[in-house]
Amino acid sequence: MHYTFHWLPAFRALPDMLWGALVTLEIALLSMLLGVFFAVVLAVASNSPYRALRGAAASWVELARNTPALFQIYMAYFGLGSLGIHLDSFVALLAGITFNNAGYLAETFRGGLRAVPATQMRAARSLGMGQVQAFRLVVMPQMFRIVFYPLTNQMVWAILMTSLGVVVGLNSDLTGVTQELNVRSFRTFEYFALAAVIYYLLAKLVTVSARLMAWRLFRY
Amino acid sequence: MSIDIQDVHKSFGSLEVVKGVTMTVEKGEVVSVIGGSGSGKSTLLMCINGLEPINSGRILVDGTDVHARGTDLNRLRQKIGIVFQQWNAFPHLTVLENVMLAPRKVLGKSKAEAEAIAVEKLSHVGLAEKLKVYPSKLSGGQQQRMAIARALAMSPDYMLFDEVTSALDPQLVGEVLDTMRLLSSEGMTMIVVTHEIAFAREVSNRVAFFHKGRIHEIGPPSQVIGNPQQPETIDFLKSVL
Repeated sequence: MHYTFHWLPAFRALPDMLWGALVTLEIALLSMLLGVFFAVVLAVASNSPYRALRGAAASWVELARNTPALFQIYMAYFGLGSLGIHLDSFVALLAGITFNNAGYLAETFRGGLRAVPATQMRAARSLGMGQVQAFRLVVMPQMFRIVFYPLTNQMVWAILMTSLGVVVGLNSDLTGVTQELNVRSFRTFEYFALAAVIYYLLAKLVTVSARLMAWRLFRY
Repeated sequence: MSIDIQDVHKSFGSLEVVKGVTMTVEKGEVVSVIGGSGSGKSTLLMCINGLEPINSGRILVDGTDVHARGTDLNRLRQKIGIVFQQWNAFPHLTVLENVMLAPRKVLGKSKAEAEAIAVEKLSHVGLAEKLKVYPSKLSGGQQQRMAIARALAMSPDYMLFDEVTSALDPQLVGEVLDTMRLLSSEGMTMIVVTHEIAFAREVSNRVAFFHKGRIHEIGPPSQVIGNPQQPETIDFLKSVL
C-alpha cells in the first residue's frame, strides 16, 4: 500500500462541506414536512369509500416501500424528463424522497392510529366531544407518541437518502460538494471519510434531539 | 324529567341483543340492571346516550328522542354521564387534566373555572391528593373513581354505570361502590349495570333482571332479589349469590 493520506486539503474544504450539509438538512426537513402531509392524505385516502382512491393510495405505499429509493429519484428526474416534465435536480430529489417518506409514514400513521384503543374515542365522545374534537384532543396526542420514534428514524433515513441526489446531478448538498472536490483532487478517501463523519453527526443530532424532545413531551 | 325507553330493539349484524325493552327511569331514581353476560344490559346503556344506534323503538331523555335525526348528541351527552368497565382514563393527561378537559373544551369554561370544578369533583371521590399524577400511576380503583369524577364534572343529570367494578381486583371494588353510594345518597339519578347483587339490593329503588335481551322482572329489590318470581331470575340469583 503506497497511498499517502493528505488530510489538509480535506479540512480546508470543510466550510464548503458544511454549507453542503446545510442543504442536505434543508432537503431532508422539507421532504419530511411534505412527507408527513402526503402520508396523512394517503392514510385518509386508504380509508376512503372510493375504490380508485384506495387503490391509488395502496399503490403509492407499495411502490415507495418496495422499490429502491434511487429508482424513485431517478424516475422523478429522468423518468418525468422523458415525458417532457423537467424538474431541476433539487426538486427531483425532494420529490423522490418525499414520495418515499410518505409511503413509509402512511404505514406508520396507520399503525399508530390502530394502536390507540377505540374505547378512548368512545370515552371522549361520551363526554360530549365531537368526532374531530375527540380525535384532536384525545386520540392524536396518544398517536403522536406512538409514531414519534418511527418519525425520527425516517428523518435520519431522509438525511442519508439525500446523498442520492448526486445521481441526478445535484452538486450543492453534502455529497454533491464532496463529489465535486473529489473529481478535482482524487482525494476520494479523505473527502468521503470527512463527509461520512458529517452525515454521522447530523444523524446523531436528530436522534439526540428527538430523545430530548420526547423526554420533555411525554411525561406519562 | 326521565329516561324513557320504549320497545327498543338492537342488533349487531344478525345477532339481536336487545329484544324489545321498555322501562322508565324517573329523575332521582337508582335503577340497577342485573343479569348474565351477553344479556344486552351494557348494550342498552350505550344506546341510551347514543353511542350505539338502535334498530327500532325509541329512547327519550327528558323528552328528547336520542336516535332521531337532528338530535344534537354532543349536547345530549353533556347531561348523561357514563362510566365504563374499562375506565378509559386518558393516559396522556394528568388526573386533574383528565377531569378538566371536557368542561374546558365542551362547556367552554375558563381554565380556572374548569380547574375549580375538577378539584371539587376529584376531592369528592377521594382523589384530592392525586391531581398532578398520571393515570398510569393509579390503581384500577383510583382510575375508576377518576372516571366517575370526569363524568361528574359535566354536571350530568343522569349517570350510567357499565359494570364499573367488573375489571377491578376484589379489594378495590369497595372504594368504587362507596363512591357510587355517596352519589345515590345525594340524589343522583343512576342506571347501574352490575354484578354486585348486594350493592344493587342496598342502593336501588328498583332492580331490573335482564335475560336474553328482555327484562324478565323489574321492581323493588325486596321483590326482584328478595322474592323473585320468574324461574330465570331464581336461577340467575342462585348462580351469583
